[in-house]
Amino acid sequence: MTLVEALFGLLGVVALGSALLVVTTRQLVHAALWLVVCLGAIAGCYLLLSAELVAWVQVLIYVGAVVVLLLFGLMLTRAPIGVSADLDAPPMQRVAAAVVALGLAGIVVVSSVDAFRGERIELSSDDVGGSSAAAGEAVFRSWVLPFEVLSVLLLAALVGAIVLSRRDIGAADPSGGGHGDGR
Amino acid sequence: MPLLLPVVLAGLLFSIGVYGVLARRNAILVLMSVELMLNAVNINLVAFDVWLRDELLAGQVFTLFVITIAAAEVGLGLAIVLLVFRQRETSSLDQLTELREPEPEAVAATDAEPVQEKAS
Amino acid sequence: MIPAYLALGAPFLAAVVGLLGGRTWPRLVVPVAVAGASVAFLSALLLAGRSLAGDLYESARLADVPTGGPPIGVDLRVDGLAAVVSVAVCAVALAVQVYSIGYLKGDPRYSSYAALVSLFTAAMLLVVFADDLMVLLVGWEVMGVCSYFLIGHHWEQEGSRASAVKAFVTTRLGDVGFLFGIFLVGTTVGSFSMDAAVTTAAVENGRVDLPGTLSTDVWSGHTATIATLLLLCGVVGKSAQFPLHTWLPDAMAGPTPISALIHAATMVAAGIYLVARLFDVFLLAPATLAVMAVIACITMLGGAMAALGQDDIKRVLAYSTVSQLAYMLAALSVGSAVAAEFHLLTHAAFKALLFLAAGAVIHAVGTNLMPDMGGLRRLMPVTFLTMTLGLAALAGVPPLAGFFSKEAVLGAAEETAVHHEGPAYAWTGWLVLVVGLLTVAVTAAYVARLWLMTFFDRPRSPVAAHESSPVMRWPLVLLAVPTVLLGLVGLRDEWLPDWAATTVSALGSTPSLVTEQPDIAQETLHVGPVTSALSVALAVIGAFAVWLVWRRAPAADPTAQLRQRRAFEHAFFVDDFYDRAFVQPVRVATRAVGWADDAVVGEAVRDTGQGTGRLSEWVSRAQGSTVQAYLTGLLAGVLLLVAGVVTFAS
Repeated sequence: MTLVEALFGLLGVVALGSALLVVTTRQLVHAALWLVVCLGAIAGCYLLLSAELVAWVQVLIYVGAVVVLLLFGLMLTRAPIGVSADLDAPPMQRVAAAVVALGLAGIVVVSSVDAFRGERIELSSDDVGGSSAAAGEAVFRSWVLPFEVLSVLLLAALVGAIVLSRRDIGAADPSGGGHGDGR
Repeated sequence: MPLLLPVVLAGLLFSIGVYGVLARRNAILVLMSVELMLNAVNINLVAFDVWLRDELLAGQVFTLFVITIAAAEVGLGLAIVLLVFRQRETSSLDQLTELREPEPEAVAATDAEPVQEKAS
Repeated sequence: MIPAYLALGAPFLAAVVGLLGGRTWPRLVVPVAVAGASVAFLSALLLAGRSLAGDLYESARLADVPTGGPPIGVDLRVDGLAAVVSVAVCAVALAVQVYSIGYLKGDPRYSSYAALVSLFTAAMLLVVFADDLMVLLVGWEVMGVCSYFLIGHHWEQEGSRASAVKAFVTTRLGDVGFLFGIFLVGTTVGSFSMDAAVTTAAVENGRVDLPGTLSTDVWSGHTATIATLLLLCGVVGKSAQFPLHTWLPDAMAGPTPISALIHAATMVAAGIYLVARLFDVFLLAPATLAVMAVIACITMLGGAMAALGQDDIKRVLAYSTVSQLAYMLAALSVGSAVAAEFHLLTHAAFKALLFLAAGAVIHAVGTNLMPDMGGLRRLMPVTFLTMTLGLAALAGVPPLAGFFSKEAVLGAAEETAVHHEGPAYAWTGWLVLVVGLLTVAVTAAYVARLWLMTFFDRPRSPVAAHESSPVMRWPLVLLAVPTVLLGLVGLRDEWLPDWAATTVSALGSTPSLVTEQPDIAQETLHVGPVTSALSVALAVIGAFAVWLVWRRAPAADPTAQLRQRRAFEHAFFVDDFYDRAFVQPVRVATRAVGWADDAVVGEAVRDTGQGTGRLSEWVSRAQGSTVQAYLTGLLAGVLLLVAGVVTFAS
């Protein structure tokens, strides 16, 4: 058990634990904050796997932007502060979800263990593939076309988000319940 | 390190994300759970990339792309949640039931003409 | 054979034309119908003339029908008996067609009526000319169907509908046994040819002399008895004898000309004709003859007594028909087919006359009920005269036809009883003789009652009656002629047997176009002087008794004071018994079946529908949830698939 492995295990436990808390906590804002912890731990895992650029991009975008966006969303939808009782679906649904999740976990873990037993990642070589220089080169050389398409996609998402959130266009009925239970 | 370590971590994280998507009522919490699932996928990609020592660094580049797309998706998703919240004053998924089948009482009340009910 | 074909074909053609084109060309209906009947009548006269001139025997095979068993041959034959009976049938049919022109004037369904009468005539002639049991059965059944339609002519009335169904069902009941009888005869003889059946039986009887041409062992054991008893079922049904007699009085709901044609002269006589045709087979079974005698005696006396208690003039005549048919059956049961044939012919004449005259009376007065008639002697003289002749013939007053034929019947009974001659047991002869004589008295009584109540005293009807139109009068006059004169045929004992002879071919079961065939030795007519004197005396006593009672209260019913009147009126409650024993249980059963159909089968169908609805409601709950529930289901399914793949594909 090298140091890297031990650290990876620790960070993994932190990530799993905080993820569990995200999906089970009864305080809405705490869930967002536990998500931060989880994402941070995962960034640490990336670092340990010698994927530098990915780790810093994870911190920048996920922790920095996405979580902030989620917090803004919580604020704009008047999320209740403190413990709220109706964050979870009815018990029947929760049981079904737990069964499905456990089943999924079981299948994935069992088949992975069955397939990749004994494989090892060689991390102790000189040529660190995941350095920023290498990743940058890969992006702007081999993957430049997908990169450009991605920028178009970002543009589309931007435009879409703006259009969706504008108040002065769209078919909202003045009665406010137009698309309610009418058939 | 053994490959299984990140792979199992990814699997478990994904399952937790699935549970969150299926069991949480608030729309934003569901979005958070989706982020968990995406992160699990990312860990998988990076782990396999490093294990295979890919020359094109496909796994890591893909991870970057996934992160970007996830960000765009959260933005749009939140916009939709905001729209729904504006119309209904709620962000609870249980309240969004337009596509649901009508309740059995509505059908049983007009037992003599079930055909009409179904047709409408 | 040509006249036979004409006689068969013309009415059939008239029927087809009438049924198909009657509505389109209503003015053709009467000419076509009368033409058909006239052609048939003339052809029949031709045949009768040839039979009178000498031996008549012709037969023809029109087609061969192979079956899995005994073959059916579409055979027709013409001989003396057939010729004579066909004359009677065609004469009455023609009279009825002409009479109906006046009686049913303005009836909206006249075209189908006339066509059905023509069809009926053709069917009866088919029975008369048939030489194969299956061909006879065809004619028999077609007559039954026509009878159903004609009785139910006024089908808007409940009574007509019910009577038609009753007639059809009752005769069909008899026809079940009849059919099995035919099968038995067919399998015994080896084919359905009546000629073969009669020849083999006659040879066994010793009544025909055909040395060494046929094996004579076909009718062994009890075959003849069983076969004839089964055939008797059909005869009892068709000829309205006890216990299947209940349909005939109710069939009076049909138009009166129909009663004259079908229920006096032809269809009811078909059963008697059949027995006369197959008489040699019946002679092999004295047990059947005994059964016939008993049935005939019950019917004879019962029918006459029932006639005494009826108020409806047609019902009197209906019960009278039943009683007179019993006379014919009784004649057959004591071994004299000739006497039965004689009475059949005379009865056809005077009963048809009586029905048509009754129709004229009903038409004039507007009611069937005798208490509402009276005094028609002066208002309808021609009808009065002809009906008097008919009634006198019915009562057996000499020298009218009925006297001679009735004497022939009683004489045959006397032969069997006193002189032990003939194939039947002696006691049947005594039974027939005694009951026959008693019935003569009762017959005279109801005849007198009818005569007095209808024609004498002051008119009790509010309607001003007058004589009927010529079209309705002339058939009465024409029928009065044989009523008076036909009896003279009985003056010589051997005239009728010679004239109405039954002939067979010498070749057994394959008749071909041959003449000069051997006649079967027939009984000659016997008329015993003692019996004749007794019957005349009894008739006078019966009529006189009624006249005495009537004289005291001319406006009232002479039998009103009779203690047994209610029993007579309801014909000894036989019909009510059948109603309670058979009809009501069947009605209850049908209601039960209907209930079961709705409650079990219908309910099952409805429950299936409701069950499907409920099942679909339950299934639709899967669509009545949140998005997360749908997703859960989806993922669970995917998981199962993946698990399957991982487990089994590795």
